[in-house]
Amino acid sequence: MDLTTKTLAELSKLFQNGKASSREITEAFIANIEAKEKDINAFVTTTFDLAREMADAADSRQKNGTLLSPIDGMPIALKDVVCTKEAKTTASSNVLKDFQSPYDAEVWKRLKEAGAVLLGKTNTDEFTMGASTESSAFGVTKNPHDLSRVAGGSSGGSTAAVAANFCTAAIGTDTGGSIRQPAHFCGVTGLKVSYGRVSRWGTIPMASSLDTVGPIAKTAEDCAMILQVIAGQDKKDSTTLQTDVQNYVELLDTPIDGLKIGIPEEYLATEGVDQDVLEVIESTKAILTDLGAKLVPISLPHTEYGLPVYYIIAPSEISANMARFDGIRFGSGKDGSTLDDIYKKTREEGFGDELKRRILIGTYALSAGYYDAFYRKAQKVRTLIKQDFDEAFETVDAILTPVSPTPAFTIGANSTPLQMYLEDTFTIPASLAGVCGISVPVGQSEDGNLPIGAQLLGPQSREDRILRIAHQIQQSVNSE
Amino acid sequence: MISEKEVRHIAKLAKLELTDSEVKKFSGELSDILDFFKTLQKVKTDKVEETSQVTGLENVIRSDEIEVDGNETALLECTPHKVKDHSVQIPKIM
Repeated sequence: MDLTTKTLAELSKLFQNGKASSREITEAFIANIEAKEKDINAFVTTTFDLAREMADAADSRQKNGTLLSPIDGMPIALKDVVCTKEAKTTASSNVLKDFQSPYDAEVWKRLKEAGAVLLGKTNTDEFTMGASTESSAFGVTKNPHDLSRVAGGSSGGSTAAVAANFCTAAIGTDTGGSIRQPAHFCGVTGLKVSYGRVSRWGTIPMASSLDTVGPIAKTAEDCAMILQVIAGQDKKDSTTLQTDVQNYVELLDTPIDGLKIGIPEEYLATEGVDQDVLEVIESTKAILTDLGAKLVPISLPHTEYGLPVYYIIAPSEISANMARFDGIRFGSGKDGSTLDDIYKKTREEGFGDELKRRILIGTYALSAGYYDAFYRKAQKVRTLIKQDFDEAFETVDAILTPVSPTPAFTIGANSTPLQMYLEDTFTIPASLAGVCGISVPVGQSEDGNLPIGAQLLGPQSREDRILRIAHQIQQSVNSE
Repeated sequence: MISEKEVRHIAKLAKLELTDSEVKKFSGELSDILDFFKTLQKVKTDKVEETSQVTGLENVIRSDEIEVDGNETALLECTPHKVKDHSVQIPKIM
């Protein structure tokens, strides 16, 4: 029996019923990582000794009847922007290559308290800035379905780790699509929560008005199990939502007949969308209709402005957030004769190109004389984009769109920054509006080699609804 | 269009030291990106309010109680510089 191909829900059942120990499950994943990681590069750091220790502790709890949660004993991975006391946290950047956090991120604290076993920290674009992990200081993560292609990004290490059967689930972050797009590229399920649903305390920020932390796993059910543990208010993150956390797992099987699913004309009319991607949307529509959902054409008229708005707002916030990496309090600071000298040397040597580029754009957009034309204008258009979603969700329960215009692209194919930014066309508007979204694997490219996902978007705090729809789509796909 | 001189100025504001070839490259790339932003000029926003956050939360407060969170020694161990009297030592700034 290959334990590593099983879902989190299946392994949890085996473990809780005493059919497989956490140590056995953990060793199976470790063996798989040791065999395949050289080709894939999903991890920045692995923590096998710690994992064995945590697995043994879970096995004792299983024997004593003191299990902590449904995910107790389950091996997971964390994107390497989630601070951990047990292993260094690098953000895949040279400026943090030896950074040892003195405290845990809230998301890791909650997972640990639920008994999760840590296998390692996964690769990302540097400080999560990118759509392919090509901007990582530690090399690109390859797509387990085709090693000549990217895993997507920025959470490409996490999605590749799940796709390669290296762990049951992994935590990622999504600012403009960084969970959803790599999930689509790797054929796994990735949930971008509503802004504020999961605490970001201790997760290294990129753009603070947009950043979210969420689960990646084989199925929507597995994502629901992880979300159940990590969702909810945190007094250390004052942006966390105060609304109640639903019982995501229990609600998965509530029928979806009668639900109205909006199909936004602007997304399908966008130029350059692959035929294979459009066909997967068509087959998703057919599945939804079979399940009794109603498809409703809708309009999100400001869709085309999402990208420029995002690439003003996000770099502006990045330029402010990255000021903390000055080489003084943490990170690989350089020596210098003056303070300015330390700052400049640290940042020149520690930062990669995309990071510098975004700091420059943000600094420009926020500087005197340009603030109104760029930043303020973008903040206003953001309001219009959010209103599009507010109005749409008055008439529909969820929205179906492609995740990204194409399946996974070849390493090096997006050679200009602007080409790379276009990757986020379909994921960014929901990020600007702060609503939730899920990328669910539905089909393949025509040659059968590359997975293709569909995106479902739901209103703020309605993760239960999109998880439920995604779960039932997956049940249908699997029974075919 | 953003000139090499402007790139140097922004880099100075952002405390980035760029090589000559970086300045040249970023000047071209940033110009393309700024051109791309021009499409926003088509949108009428005279009467639109700005969105700086999407949670709808206002004035999030907590009780005014002192809590010890984290450990001073561990925090100071993060600095690459010398530590003296619970402080990070840096070059003179005045």
